[in-house]
Amino acid sequence: MTTTTKHDRLETSSRGGGQAVPARSAKLPFLASANTRKLGLTVLGWTVALLIFFPIFWMVLTGFKTESAAIADPSLIFSPTLESYQAVQERAGYTRFALNSVAVAFGSTLLALLIAIPSAYSMAFLPTRRTKGTLLWMLSTKMLPPVGVLVPIYLIFRDVGLLDTRTGLIIIYTLMNLPIVVWMLYTFFKDMPKDILEAGRMDGATTFQEVCFLLLPLTLPGIASTGLLSVILSWNEAFWSLNLTSSKAAPLTAYIASFSSPEGLFWAKLSAASTMAIAPILVFGWLTQKQMVRGLTFGAVK
Amino acid sequence: MNKTRASGRTVGGLRTLSLQAPAVTLLLLWMIVPLGMTLWFSFQRYNLLMPEMTGFAGLENYEYLFTDPALWSAMGTTLLLVGWVLAITVVGGTLLAVLFQQEFAGRGIARVLAISPFFVMPTVSALVWKNMMMHPSNGVLSWVAESFGLPAVDWFSSLPLTSIIIIVAWQWLPFALLILLTAMQSLDEDQVEAARMDGAGPVAIFFFITLPHLKRAISVVIMIEMIFLLTIFAEIFVTTSGGPGLATTNLAYLIYIRALLDFDVGTASAGGVIAIVLANIVAIFLVRMVAKNLED
Amino acid sequence: MATLQLKQITKSFGDTDVIKGVDLEVNDREFVVFVGPSGCGKSTLMRMIAGLESATSGDILIDGARMNEVGPADRGLAMVFQSYALYPHMTVEGNMGFSMRLAGVPKEARREKVLEAAKILQLEPLLDRKPKALSGGQRQRVAIGRAIVRNPSIFLFDEPLSNLDAALRVQMRIELARLHEELDATMIYVTHDQIEAMTMADKIVVLHDGVVEQVGSPMELYHHPCNRFVAGFIGSPKMNFLDVDLVQSGPEGVRIRLPGGEACTVPVDGSRLAADSPLELGIRPEHLQLDDQGPLAGEIKVLERLGGQTSLYVQMGEAMVTLMTDGDVAHRVHDKVRFGFAPGRAHLFDAETQALPSLHQHPLAGLTRHDNRLSSTSGCQ
Repeated sequence: MTTTTKHDRLETSSRGGGQAVPARSAKLPFLASANTRKLGLTVLGWTVALLIFFPIFWMVLTGFKTESAAIADPSLIFSPTLESYQAVQERAGYTRFALNSVAVAFGSTLLALLIAIPSAYSMAFLPTRRTKGTLLWMLSTKMLPPVGVLVPIYLIFRDVGLLDTRTGLIIIYTLMNLPIVVWMLYTFFKDMPKDILEAGRMDGATTFQEVCFLLLPLTLPGIASTGLLSVILSWNEAFWSLNLTSSKAAPLTAYIASFSSPEGLFWAKLSAASTMAIAPILVFGWLTQKQMVRGLTFGAVK
Repeated sequence: MNKTRASGRTVGGLRTLSLQAPAVTLLLLWMIVPLGMTLWFSFQRYNLLMPEMTGFAGLENYEYLFTDPALWSAMGTTLLLVGWVLAITVVGGTLLAVLFQQEFAGRGIARVLAISPFFVMPTVSALVWKNMMMHPSNGVLSWVAESFGLPAVDWFSSLPLTSIIIIVAWQWLPFALLILLTAMQSLDEDQVEAARMDGAGPVAIFFFITLPHLKRAISVVIMIEMIFLLTIFAEIFVTTSGGPGLATTNLAYLIYIRALLDFDVGTASAGGVIAIVLANIVAIFLVRMVAKNLED
Repeated sequence: MATLQLKQITKSFGDTDVIKGVDLEVNDREFVVFVGPSGCGKSTLMRMIAGLESATSGDILIDGARMNEVGPADRGLAMVFQSYALYPHMTVEGNMGFSMRLAGVPKEARREKVLEAAKILQLEPLLDRKPKALSGGQRQRVAIGRAIVRNPSIFLFDEPLSNLDAALRVQMRIELARLHEELDATMIYVTHDQIEAMTMADKIVVLHDGVVEQVGSPMELYHHPCNRFVAGFIGSPKMNFLDVDLVQSGPEGVRIRLPGGEACTVPVDGSRLAADSPLELGIRPEHLQLDDQGPLAGEIKVLERLGGQTSLYVQMGEAMVTLMTDGDVAHRVHDKVRFGFAPGRAHLFDAETQALPSLHQHPLAGLTRHDNRLSSTSGCQ
């Protein structure tokens, strides 16, 4: 910001050098050179955005290189190849890891939505004196650091045979995301005009019909973004997946982590695998960025 | 009359209860059982490698932990990591939010690119940085340094913690940006225009209008990041494994080492209790703030 | 045939009593308007009739049957909400047919019914549109159409015109009156706007702080308000109130001394007045006339010319008095004026703000719009 300003000031003074007290009367000085200002902002904005995005861009690029090109001096010019993608696909594991990720992320999201919808409904439409307290308590469970309960969860899972199973991860992720899902649904339900539900009741809808015909269709965008956020969080979760799975149920986070061993220096393959692992989530994230803020900040930022 | 009222409330209450029961019960179990067990184990002699050693340990585990220099080093590392990442993401996020709030060509796409790292899974971002950005011989950064005639840096052996901070900050900067940008959009344009009429320049507007407006959002960003940053794990796991030595071992990683590598359940649990206490100190403030927001 | 009776209805939210014992009788095919300032409980009362809110105590009877425990859809009512509450994801046809869809009515029968209602409201060309694509007035008509389709015995309207602009409001007012005529149904209408109440009602119920202040025909409320609240609430601009001294009271009239010293006799029954009890004179702005010989005098502070009429705001000692006069008055601000009134137009309120009963019933007070329907009004207690 400050740099833009300086930049702009310089521009302004160099342009309007002749007039001593130039733009103020017409418009404020920093608006005087609107075009220059816009050009400067465009250059600056895009530079910053591309710098931040660069590692992802580079990773995607590397995925289309051969292994030898990948470790050669950085270069934008190379002959693209799908070699690494094929290699990754063929490497026995990849599909299984990807399937694990899909099963765990979507399974836990579905489960969380199923449990959360009745709860959020009652909080939004049948509030009691305890509702607020319950909601805050749910949020506070989200703030429990996973590392604090790693030991007992590990031991319980070991004893009941949930270690390295998809079910185990689904349970953990459902519980992990439940507070956020309840919270987001609650805020979306709360935004729904009560009148419409009452009109439905006047029209003879039962509670179940009210939910199915009115509430769910009308809050579908909200429910979808809640679901997507839950999928994103489960998909990217690395603490539990690294600690509770080894080979059978390991999702992509754990699979990618296996590239960290020194002998696994296959950058092109790592890049190809990573690109495939993050591509769907990036798209989900872009789609829901606005509504996500609600869930990520528990409604404290609007 | 009183009777009707009372029974009406009970019926409504029952309905609410039955609808909320699944979520509440599950979360209650999720919270109480592991928490109770962690607390219980932290007072027990319990090492999976030494099954014959059992029984009540009193404060032994805590004593052992607190006299272990590794704990203090891990605490220091945790604080440095949290502190630096917070400083970078909050200051950077605010500036970026102001930048991306301005109108310029292709702003929408630029915004999307800038928030993308937040959606990249931690193991991927850590490995991409480790292998492709910070690699001492083949990384982009060393290539850039060399093309300016500077010596290449071996990031993970000479600046291990800095490297981790850079990676984590890269992931969380977009988070701060996303939240602050959203908060910025609720800033009343009229207020800015009124300030302009009063003769405020862009810098004055930033400090007297924008920043106060963002105060609340900034504190939310700080608190949420704190809770997550206190237990950063995957980034360390795939890059340095806590090393060299203990240079990048934070509290979360230390507990992992004690529990799953040393199988010392008792000490690991004591560490877990400390992590919970630390997170709760932050959480109290955050929950209070959310509660206040629920009122309006 | 649809009548509604409320017997000693009360409603409390926690410790707050919102409705404090309301008795009311609504006759068949009557247009009843609940009017009162915001927070008076009029919407709560309507929501209790609709079944969206339960009464804390008392009975709600529709056609003589107790309805307290009957669900909102089974009371034979339809409601038009202030926000219209249209289902945004359904077309106009879907909105109007939703209740029949829930009731399992086959598609063709549904369509027929919807078309019939759409015809009454001139909605036929809009049936396939979503509410988003409609104007405010059109949405309003769809909401009414949704109610008509249900063929209710009683229509409930909750401030239905408050979201429309002034011109549209006048138009919808006329349309609602026409609809009442055409459907020949009982209608209950909630508003805070006394003009809507005056123009549409057969019977107005004035509510204030959860209590019915007066029930009566528009002309009755205008000419014979029971108390100071009703007197001040009905009529625009607001009635003027002046403190006056009692000279002599009796069943044949009350003699008072006006500010400025002159005395006059107001034809109201003052038999229940004690000597030297404080009195307040109420006189509507349109009943004050400029008159060089008039008993009252003051200085014009503000003058609003509306064209046909001119409002004068006159400072009279401490009090500010409003006069509604002819548009051709040539006075200017700061002119000193004298004015007076016909004693028969004046109202007197006692220390409890109750009106003293007028000796002469206004000829229009008992009149309803439909002379074949006798509106049972309660008069003053």
